[in-house]
Amino acid sequence: MSNALIRLEQVSVGFAGQAVLDNIDLSVEPGQIVTLIGPNGAGKTTLVRAVLGLLKPDSGKVWRKPRLRIGYMPQKLHVDATLPLSVLRFLRLVPGVDRNTALAALKEVGAEQVIDSPVQGISGGEMQRVLLARALLREPELLVLDEPVQGVDVAGQAELYSLITRLRDRHGCGVLMVSHDLHLVMSTTDQVVCLNRHVCCSGHPEQVSGDPAFVELFGNNAPSLAIYHHHHDHAHDLHGSVVAPAKAGHVHGDHCKHG
Amino acid sequence: MADFLLYALLAGLALALVAGPLGSFVVWRRMAYFGDTLSHAALLGVALGFVLDISPALAVTVGCLLLALLLVTLQQRQPLASDTLLGILAPSTLSLGLVVLSFMHDVRIDLMAYLFGDLLAISPGDLAWILGGSTVALVLIVALWRPLLAVTVHEELAMVEGLPVAALRLALMLLIAVVIAVAMKIVGVLLITSLLIIPAAAAQRHARSPEQMALGASLLGVVAVCCGLALSWFKDTPAGPSIVVCAAVLFLISLALPRR
Repeated sequence: MSNALIRLEQVSVGFAGQAVLDNIDLSVEPGQIVTLIGPNGAGKTTLVRAVLGLLKPDSGKVWRKPRLRIGYMPQKLHVDATLPLSVLRFLRLVPGVDRNTALAALKEVGAEQVIDSPVQGISGGEMQRVLLARALLREPELLVLDEPVQGVDVAGQAELYSLITRLRDRHGCGVLMVSHDLHLVMSTTDQVVCLNRHVCCSGHPEQVSGDPAFVELFGNNAPSLAIYHHHHDHAHDLHGSVVAPAKAGHVHGDHCKHG
Repeated sequence: MADFLLYALLAGLALALVAGPLGSFVVWRRMAYFGDTLSHAALLGVALGFVLDISPALAVTVGCLLLALLLVTLQQRQPLASDTLLGILAPSTLSLGLVVLSFMHDVRIDLMAYLFGDLLAISPGDLAWILGGSTVALVLIVALWRPLLAVTVHEELAMVEGLPVAALRLALMLLIAVVIAVAMKIVGVLLITSLLIIPAAAAQRHARSPEQMALGASLLGVVAVCCGLALSWFKDTPAGPSIVVCAAVLFLISLALPRR
């Protein structure tokens, strides 16, 4: 753990007296891909904001490697329609970027054809690639991706996932990714963390891409996808509170600190 | 050329140049109502300047700044939406300014000059203040251009990339406050935002980059000032409103022209 890029220790965050994150431990190491999953309102975005330093936790510690370069890909980018901004100009908001470096980054993510288009005029999938290109231009040690495949079909998802894996391999950066899907994750994920205010469970996704049924279902996209099997020892009610005791001898409640 | 006309022209041109890029930010960040509120508060600044016996320009700048800080504090402390808060602050500060002025029986001021500007009565001292304020504001905008643009595009992305977002936002408010103090003498508190917004909106349709829009807005502002002053000179119309009318005509022309 000594070479971690970022380490969260017992981080808790609350809004208006309501606990949103409770006692979270998390770390990302160079070259490691960590995927955060969890239902709506589980605190995934809050956790990402704490990692990015956009939000100060109420208690616990967020440790970042000194002078850590973070490439952040936000969920979406809304640029006011009155702002005439081309993709190139958008990428050049990163200091020291000229047309050649911007073009190289766009080629790397397969979106070089939109370089001169206005940012308001490109498709959702293209925008995601442009945002990824902008994150890469920072030469990041840690890539933070907030729902990078949201609103993209399975084939597009698979393509983006293999792209992210290739980028990780080439740049050697750590990746922290939020997934919108509870079960289907990127197959190269090293660690899946299932979040529902606390860390419900975490582990390695199951490599099912060789399973004939899986291949039949997802075709050529199968190798980049994987299923994550949850192994919860408790359940949540609609409000996210822990309810049903699953193990004998221990009654779960709001006071439990699950790791 | 008569001296007073030369002073008016120089003051108007200085304001038009700085209003172009700053007005573009006001349009992009949807701060039109914010600018309006600050300019209404400017009259309160004038009144307090008389009460405390300090220079009105300084009083207006400080007053606008205090209002901006009050607004940011109120936004964080309670749930009313920003436009509601602005709708409370704008008329309240304007009215308070008028009430304070009415108490000062020994001061005779021309209220119309503060409300609608008195461009043709600019003194060399006023001109020096206007040119100085505009130059400082313009230099700051150019120096902060890229970070301000990055914050306008996506605040959180800018913050992750290490930009001091809160300071930049405050700097933009400060710049708007300075320009309002500068512009008050030229077009008056009720018309200031028009000089910020109308040229920028007219340039927007035909610009392909943020820089083109800012420069285009400055250029259109210069044209509006020249035409407005000419109208005022030849037809004896009020100078400030004439400039605003010319800007509005330019905006209509930009709507009629086909987009490139």
